Amino acid sequence: MTFGDLDVAHAHTDTQEPTRRDFLYIATGAVTAVGAAAVLWPFIDQMNPDASVQALASIEVDITSVEVGQSLTVMWRGKPVFIRHRTEAEIEEANAVPIGDLPDPIARNANLPADAEATDANRVFATGEAEPRLEWLLMVGVCTHLGCVPLGEQGDYDGWFCPCHGSHYDSAGRIRKGPAPRNLDVPEYEFVSDTLIRVG
Amino acid sequence: MSGHSTIHYKNPVVRWIDTRLPIISTMQVNAMDFPTPKNLNYFWTFGGILTLFLGIQIVTGLILAMHYTAHVSLAFNSVEHIMRDVNYGWLLRYMHANGASFFFIAVYIHIFRGLYYGSYKQPRELLWMIGVVILLLMMATAFMGYVLPWGQMSFWGATVITNLFSAIPLVGTAIVEWLWGGFAVGNPTLNRFYSLHYLLPFVLAAVVFLHIWALHVPGNNNPSGVEVKSDKDTIPFHPYYTVKDFFAIIVFLFFYAAFVFYLPNTLGHTDNYIPANPLVTPAHIVPEWYFLPFYAILRAVPDKLGGVIAMFAAIAVLFVLPWLDTSKVKSATFRPLYRQFFWILVITCIGLGYLGAKPPEGGYVIASRILTIYYFAHFLVILPLLGIFERTKPLPASISESVLAKHGGGGATAAAGAASAPENRG
Repeated sequence: MTFGDLDVAHAHTDTQEPTRRDFLYIATGAVTAVGAAAVLWPFIDQMNPDASVQALASIEVDITSVEVGQSLTVMWRGKPVFIRHRTEAEIEEANAVPIGDLPDPIARNANLPADAEATDANRVFATGEAEPRLEWLLMVGVCTHLGCVPLGEQGDYDGWFCPCHGSHYDSAGRIRKGPAPRNLDVPEYEFVSDTLIRVG
Repeated sequence: MSGHSTIHYKNPVVRWIDTRLPIISTMQVNAMDFPTPKNLNYFWTFGGILTLFLGIQIVTGLILAMHYTAHVSLAFNSVEHIMRDVNYGWLLRYMHANGASFFFIAVYIHIFRGLYYGSYKQPRELLWMIGVVILLLMMATAFMGYVLPWGQMSFWGATVITNLFSAIPLVGTAIVEWLWGGFAVGNPTLNRFYSLHYLLPFVLAAVVFLHIWALHVPGNNNPSGVEVKSDKDTIPFHPYYTVKDFFAIIVFLFFYAAFVFYLPNTLGHTDNYIPANPLVTPAHIVPEWYFLPFYAILRAVPDKLGGVIAMFAAIAVLFVLPWLDTSKVKSATFRPLYRQFFWILVITCIGLGYLGAKPPEGGYVIASRILTIYYFAHFLVILPLLGIFERTKPLPASISESVLAKHGGGGATAAAGAASAPENRG
């Protein structure tokens, strides 16, 4: 038997036009792929932060007792948040640094636009304020390198030092030296009153 | 693993089973009669040792799972409960914890054996690559197991290692929160690590099966690196190598027992007897000793993403090793230059391990950078060039000849005599 003998039977597959069977194959494959992805998604998404974790997303902190030069560490979303009552010297030191000298020139402040410069004022800007409260620095105390908690009032820049891999942050929580790629993150927060802060 | 058996069993029950499921003949061919080069030295016993340790880890782990509770507020205390209350719980936990360390000791010796004798070369490339997959699975399993006691090192080790994934551009944070099931390492993380720590050893067992299967197609490499030429080069696996493996296992278990009974916490870190505290990072975070060389490479690079890439590349480079080493000669015995570079690599890896345990400052960082560069240069520069420039020594014509040459003999008559008297081999 040769292909020549099968001219009539193969006539429709020899043409370039897609056949009904081609259409059925592609349609079946497409529906299977979509169905498989739809089934797969719950198995992947179940690992994302669940409702009980999301529910703890906001806290309020009383800062009445934090004197100048003192810090407070609170837990927020399972992470430490540093609230520091900065001294005049620390504010001046942070102000004296030109933006060009910073490894990360972005403010990383969730209360400001994403491209805000990392000036000292932009680091301490809370939501709903006309002017920054320069003495209050609030940020997530998680090193942007690999997530350790930096130690306060240490390092080469009178700020924070991460003991894990040697990152130095200055008195505005900006990365100055070491492997960390970003300034410490400033979360969304606002002053409910002069002595009460809401984080998140 | 092969097709239909040609072995005819006299026992009717055995024959009845084997003609329906050739498991008996498969075991006889692959585990008893298997033709094995007659010159294997004690470095070839680590495959058997590793299989035993996978078994020890699975059995002790299964028992620990009966007494352990995977919850952030109970995990630490349940481990103490195992240590103080459960009958022989202290023994089973120390066997499991030190078993992991000895598993890695054995696997590193096994890997360097392969490097020295060129066991990764054609026709064993896939066997080697499956081995690298096994190493990665072992690392993932060991890492997640270390998190379960929920001590300070557990918590902060988990934090640092999961944060490695945050270095991935754009989706890094989303991936890390997905791994955590939260905004930091917490209860969901502990639960899923426990689930995966229980699963992975069985995946490991399946991949070990593939590893042995891939070994039994070309057969063992051997210290001469010359492939088997005739039956005179081989002896049956049983009893010759079952006995040799068994003896090596006894000696290895002697050291293992010394640690389990007399130095059970020497290889661990004291900080892991402090319950996990998300607010305080220990002053000095170090991973378990078997991760230290990779940790040193991570810290040697002054850029986050770069460090993570370098660390994973340190293992990834092993996948392509069969094609980086351009020399046709397998065994370092016949490669005078490679043999020296091999030992420099061993010292480099030990040096990186030492530096990984040191604080990331000053001279330690500089030394880590030099050794990291050398580590990669060994695989990416030295090995490809050695194949071109190295003058190798003449290879023996066969395994039999290499054995006899070692004993000052030689010639065809002596070779025939040695093959019929395997008890005289080195």
